[in-house]
Amino acid sequence: MSLRRWTVTLLAALVALFTIAPLLWMLSVSFMARGEAAQFPPPLLPGDPTLDNYRALFGSFGIGHFLINSLLVSTLATLLALFFTIPAGYAFAKLRFRGRDATFRLLVAALVVPGQIGMLPLFLELKAMGLVNSYAGALVPWLAGIFGIFLVRQYCLTIPDEMLEAARIDGASEAQILRRIVLPLLSPIIVTLALFVFLGSWNDFMWPLIILADQDLYTLPVALAAMSREHVQDNELMMAGAVVTTLPVLVLFLALQRFYLSGLTTGSVKG
Amino acid sequence: MTGVGRPGEARAGWAMSAPALAAILAFFVVPAIGSLFLSFTDFDIYALADLDNLRFVGFQNYERLVANPLFWKAMTNSLLFVAIGTPFIVALSLFAALLINSRWLKWRPVWRVALFAPYVTTLVATAVVWRYLLHTRYGLVNYLLSLVGIAPVDWLGSPTASLPAILIFVGWKTFGYSMIIFLAALQTVPRELDEAARIDGAGWFTRLRHVTLPAIAPTVLLVSVLTVAAMFQLFAEPYVMTQGGPAQSTVTILYFMYEEGFKWWNLGSGAAVAFLLFLCILAVTLVQLRLARRSGAI
Repeated sequence: MSLRRWTVTLLAALVALFTIAPLLWMLSVSFMARGEAAQFPPPLLPGDPTLDNYRALFGSFGIGHFLINSLLVSTLATLLALFFTIPAGYAFAKLRFRGRDATFRLLVAALVVPGQIGMLPLFLELKAMGLVNSYAGALVPWLAGIFGIFLVRQYCLTIPDEMLEAARIDGASEAQILRRIVLPLLSPIIVTLALFVFLGSWNDFMWPLIILADQDLYTLPVALAAMSREHVQDNELMMAGAVVTTLPVLVLFLALQRFYLSGLTTGSVKG
Repeated sequence: MTGVGRPGEARAGWAMSAPALAAILAFFVVPAIGSLFLSFTDFDIYALADLDNLRFVGFQNYERLVANPLFWKAMTNSLLFVAIGTPFIVALSLFAALLINSRWLKWRPVWRVALFAPYVTTLVATAVVWRYLLHTRYGLVNYLLSLVGIAPVDWLGSPTASLPAILIFVGWKTFGYSMIIFLAALQTVPRELDEAARIDGAGWFTRLRHVTLPAIAPTVLLVSVLTVAAMFQLFAEPYVMTQGGPAQSTVTILYFMYEEGFKWWNLGSGAAVAFLLFLCILAVTLVQLRLARRSGAI
């Protein structure tokens, strides 16, 4: 009995080592002196921990600028996505209107079409609108989040109709019902959705790479990819860059993991 | 069941869903359909400068693609990613889910988060990290292999090792997502069922095959379908780790589409690639659904 407990737990610890070790190693190397990681066997801990790499990143490489860009794009993407998605998800769940169910079925079917299919025409469309090489262009895909609508709708279905009816009888308008009664009830799913969009837009690479040509506008992943092509040999510097890029979202996830993980299963398991 | 509500309710319903629906139409539906139209034109850098240069060319883009060896290379690579990556990642995540779901496990929440964490990291950042982990001379992976007497592997520099190397990274990064979905399904399997089989003397593998797997069959199908789609959509991994090389061994369909469209500005041809990618994902998904139906999984 006890042996079994230890075997299973040890096995889980081994798998966790496989998932976490690369992240710890990234952090460790980011504090090493230049060239220190390029040895065999690879050192696990910095001999003399230094902040030089971070100094260089924020100094001559100006990574602070890209960090601010990323913060700006992800915050705007999150706010816009919430603004577009929440009313729609609620309407699809609770308001009866003609064509609602047919439209929703079409949306669910469209979930299987990957966004990359339309990337080239979307680029041309935005070019015609003058939005290429602007944050407006980078934000556009986050307005069209079908998954978010689906998520909010599933959650809204659990709101009892009687509650909304009572508010209607009291003379509340539909907009007031959404704002005063529904929104407070939705706070857990709003956190989940905000987290999904913030992390998704922060980590997104292909679309910003295509739409942002101007180096000043780069988000962190695009800047890091460009940097990694120029500084292949600078392990320690690149690891510090990777830490700056991924640490914010990793911390955000760890702080709010309950909301993130529950959202994953709402979206995928029936019933 | 959708009796139409009072006029105020219907009006509010449309008003609240209209902004999102308009955005989906403009930035998702129109481009997706536009891809098909674009693929029948010779849209290139000249048309980009002046639309008068745009011509309708029928199936020429497709004909040219079929004659292009790099297109077939990309197709083959992506199919290899699907064929090797899907079973690898599904098995890895199922194994991890069984482990985390085990009644003998201590400190379950800790392991669950630790195993899931790579999924939320920034792909470009961790791809950079893995490029160093897989370094031939200084990489931690080759160091660990050397401890068990395996000679250094030129992971990202050899055309035969590059695809498995990227798959190791992709597996590390994504298995946690499928694991969480498997875990949710496993929690619906009654413990008594497994317990009864155990008392009857069934071993771990027999119970997995005859009790657990049949109970979660629809989830296995769902995870496989999602993984196939993900394997067809690899782009940033080869972009950061290998730039498609060595010897084009990691050029994926999406990487090829990116280069056609945004490096050479052959947008007509790129759109044809995008449409073919969609057909590939659709075809493999339909085959999976059919296999699942035949085996009685759904």
